[in-house]
This record gives sequence, structure tokens and C-alpha cells, in this order.
Amino acid sequence: MQNIKTIFLKELRSYFNSPIAYIVMIVYLIISGFLFVWIGFFQANVASLRDYFGNFFIQLVLFVIFIPAVTMRSFSEEKKQGTLELLLTKPITDLELIFGKYLSALALICITLSSTILYYIVIVFLGPIPFGPFFTSLIGFILMSAFFIGIGIFVSSLTENQIVAFIISVLIALFFFLIGKILMIFPPSIVSFFEYVTTDYHLNVISRGVIDSRVLLYYFSMIFLTLYLTKVSLESRKW
Amino acid sequence: MSIKVNNLTKYYGNVLAVDDITFEVTKGEILGFLGPNGAGKSTTMKIITTYLPPTSGTIEVDGLDVEADSLAVRRKLGYLPELNPLYFDMYVEEYLDYVAALDGVPKTKIKKRREEMMKVCGLDSMRGKYIGELSKGYKQRVGLAQAMINDPEVLILDEPTSGLDPNQIIEIRNLIKKLGREKTVILSTHILSEVQATCNRVIIINKGKIVADGTPEELQKKSRGESLVTLEVKNNCDKNALSSSIRELRNVNKVEFVKDTGDSFIFNIYGEKGSDLREIISTKVNQQKALLLSMQAKHSSLEDIFRELTK
Repeated sequence: MQNIKTIFLKELRSYFNSPIAYIVMIVYLIISGFLFVWIGFFQANVASLRDYFGNFFIQLVLFVIFIPAVTMRSFSEEKKQGTLELLLTKPITDLELIFGKYLSALALICITLSSTILYYIVIVFLGPIPFGPFFTSLIGFILMSAFFIGIGIFVSSLTENQIVAFIISVLIALFFFLIGKILMIFPPSIVSFFEYVTTDYHLNVISRGVIDSRVLLYYFSMIFLTLYLTKVSLESRKW
Repeated sequence: MSIKVNNLTKYYGNVLAVDDITFEVTKGEILGFLGPNGAGKSTTMKIITTYLPPTSGTIEVDGLDVEADSLAVRRKLGYLPELNPLYFDMYVEEYLDYVAALDGVPKTKIKKRREEMMKVCGLDSMRGKYIGELSKGYKQRVGLAQAMINDPEVLILDEPTSGLDPNQIIEIRNLIKKLGREKTVILSTHILSEVQATCNRVIIINKGKIVADGTPEELQKKSRGESLVTLEVKNNCDKNALSSSIRELRNVNKVEFVKDTGDSFIFNIYGEKGSDLREIISTKVNQQKALLLSMQAKHSSLEDIFRELTK
């Protein structure tokens, strides 16, 4: 646990020592703030955050662009600089290293997402709004992020080139993100399969205010899978 | 505290990097690992430090197997990898604290250890600087401080003095020698004078095999190089006459005119193995009425042995 904490804090600090954290947070605040005002007040004219969380553009920017940008250097930079060899010859396990890095990226995204709490507070002043759907939507966003961070970290462990890591993560994230949005083009027999594999369905379920165990199972098994693949990828040096 | 390497073999795919090597290093030894690039030095070090597994064979560090007891072995090690990897965006102190924490140095002692290392490695003046700002020599010192911060019983240093200026090299060598009394040290290098200056044992490795193992002095004795004397005389004599008269001396195999420096002639005189030609040469120079400026007998160096064994 101590080792995970050491790595977690170091990684979090290095996010804030580089421009990445600030760019992601500021751009997210600008985009989300704009959409919040635009959708929430001018279009829907009702006090709700449903359209905000359900907005295609904000999901796309957060899950498909920002998360790969945050995770792209996680392992690839260590590989490029040779510091991975240093870390892997320290008395820490591969899993501690992976968890430390994973949790620090997740923490950064959670800090970014915490801005939505402010929007909730604003709306509460304007009119009654149920806390449940807001809360579960936020949980849904965090679970989505947790899955996509797993993808990003895994891809980053495959290459020593950050840009390659970014592009591949974006493509994989796009697959999981977009397929759910275009389900109608598939033959009905395989729709339910794609529905379960991709993220859109699960996010919709959870946004309705229900924390379904199948949804949790989906996210946690996907997170487990990506972290396991990262471990395999780190061990591949021994093959 | 010892390192035992038994029949270590390592393949990268189909490429043989280390070919069945066996050796043992004990406490108080500073072992110099010498060899041309690609000889297998770094690979052997990566296996000792548990970064890579052996294809076959075993390595024991203080009785612990590097594969089965990987974490316990790592706790005993200090390792400076090749090319000295560092985080350029961290402060010197921040980096050393981070490494100390990963190495399992107790929280309360981290600051004390870091301060000690900064002093020992001459990093005091680099306080509050980013590692990326440091010169190559200071980066190398940070790398060494990193390797020693957990006060390890075994130090594995892959080219510890690369990139340092001559003064720093001497400082680092003295530091390694001092540490070597209490610890087991393996350092790799392709700088031969480094081995002579620092190590009390040398292993020369070539194409994955050990080709020589012994103290620097032992290896020197074993070599079969011929004796060589470099002679410098004032240029007011007949260089051809001098050269041919020296050639006639006993034990002299070859006389080679090296150059005319403008006011002196320089010759290289090769003799039978083990012979000291200086006395007879100086007599001959006097007979020829030439003015002797300098004369130097060169024993076959580790460099000759190295070239002989690894060509």
C-alpha cells in the first residue's frame, strides 16, 4: 500500500508539473461551462443536468480525447527515458506500479469532474432537482473514465512513443464509445452483443438513476481486464 | 554477502547474448566487468538486478535466487542502469526522496539519507534545481546517489563514470573504492584505466563468454606482449646510423622511427618478451655520440591484453 501511495503522489505531482493537467482541466471547464449554460438554460429551459451529462460532444471530448491525452505518457515515457528499468528493479511489484499510475490518472479526472458539483449547486438554487440521477450520472462518468483510463494506460505500456499511444487509445476509445451510438446499423441479432460490450448502453442505464449490478460488473470487469493486460505487457520484457 | 553466477546463459530471441558464464564475487571485492560493446556486460547486470530473467543458469545474491526471491534481492541492491535514466522534471531532492521511499528506506530516515548522499556525491550546490537543468556530470552523480541511497550491500554500476570530467572521474572512483571495502561492487566499463585504478578484480567478457578473470596485475603478467622502449634523442645525430646500430643489439627485434619533432628524433624499440633494453640502449646512444633526451619502458598494459583477448 505504501508503495502505491508513493507512486500515486509522484505521478499526480508530475501531472501538475506539466501543462497536461492544466490544459485538460481548463479546457474541460470552458467546454462544460459553455454547454451547461447553453443547453441547460437556453435550449431546455428546465433545471436539469440530464442533457448535460448526456451531451454527445462533452462525452466525446472527455472520454475520447482528454483521457488518452492524460494517460499517453504514463508508461511510454518511462520506457523511452529508461526509467522503467529503474522502477522495475526497485523492491516494488509490477501491480503496485500499475495501480499507482492508474489511480493518479483517475484522481486527476475526478478532480476535473468535481466541477460538475458546482453546476448542481447552481441549479438547486433555481429550482428543485432530484439528487439521485445527478449522483448516479456522476458515478457513471467516473466509471466510464476509469475504464478508458485503463485502456490508455495499457496502450501506453505497449509503446515508447507518446503520440502513438495517444492515437491508438483514441481509436480504441472511439470504438467503445461510438458503436453504442450507431447500433441501428447492425443486424438485430448482434445488436444486444454490441450493446453490452460498448459503453453507451451502460452509461444510459446508470444516468437514469439506477445503479444496476450488471452495469457495475461490466465496468469493473473491463477495468480489471485493462489492468491485467498492462501487467502482461510489462512482463513481456521477460519473454 | 556474495553474488554467485552459475552457468548463466541468455538468449534474446535467437541471439546469444551471454554464453554459459560462471563467477563469484564476495564482499570487499570491486569487480570490473570489461568488454567491447555488445559483449554481454549490461545483459548480465540486468539479470543480476532481476530486470530480465536468465534463459538458463542461476544467480544467487546472498543465497537468494534472483528469480524466486526477486523482491528480497532487489532490497539488497543498488543499481545504476546504463545511460543513467532520470526524471528530468523532478527536483534533485524530490527525486532522491522518491527513490528512497521506493527502496523502502523508513520514512523518518529518508531526509537524513538524502542529505548524506547529496554530500557524498557532491550535489550540495544543486539543491532546488530540476534534474533536467544539470550538466551531464551532475546527472551522473544523481544517478550514483540514487543507486546508493538505501545503503545497499551490493552495488551494480553500469558505466558509472561515463560523461564525467577527469576530476569527477577521480572523485567517483575514490568513492567507489571506499564503498568497495564494505560492499560487493560490480561495475562495467570499457575504459581500461578505470579498471586499473578502481578494481581489485577484472573479468573480461567477449561475445558472451568470460575470456579472462583475475586481478589486474595477474592479467598483465599473463599477457605475452613484447617489451617496448620509447627513445627520444636530440636531432643533431645521424638517425639511420643510430637506428641500425641499436638494431644489432641483443634481444632487439625491431627499431621503428616514429617522428622528427623538430629538435628531436623519437624511436620505438621492440624487444624480446621480458627483456629490459634500457641499459644497453643508453650505452649505445652514448657510443654513437647522440644526446639522450628521454627513454621510457612500456609494459604491456591491460589495453594490450584486452585487444588480444577480444579481437
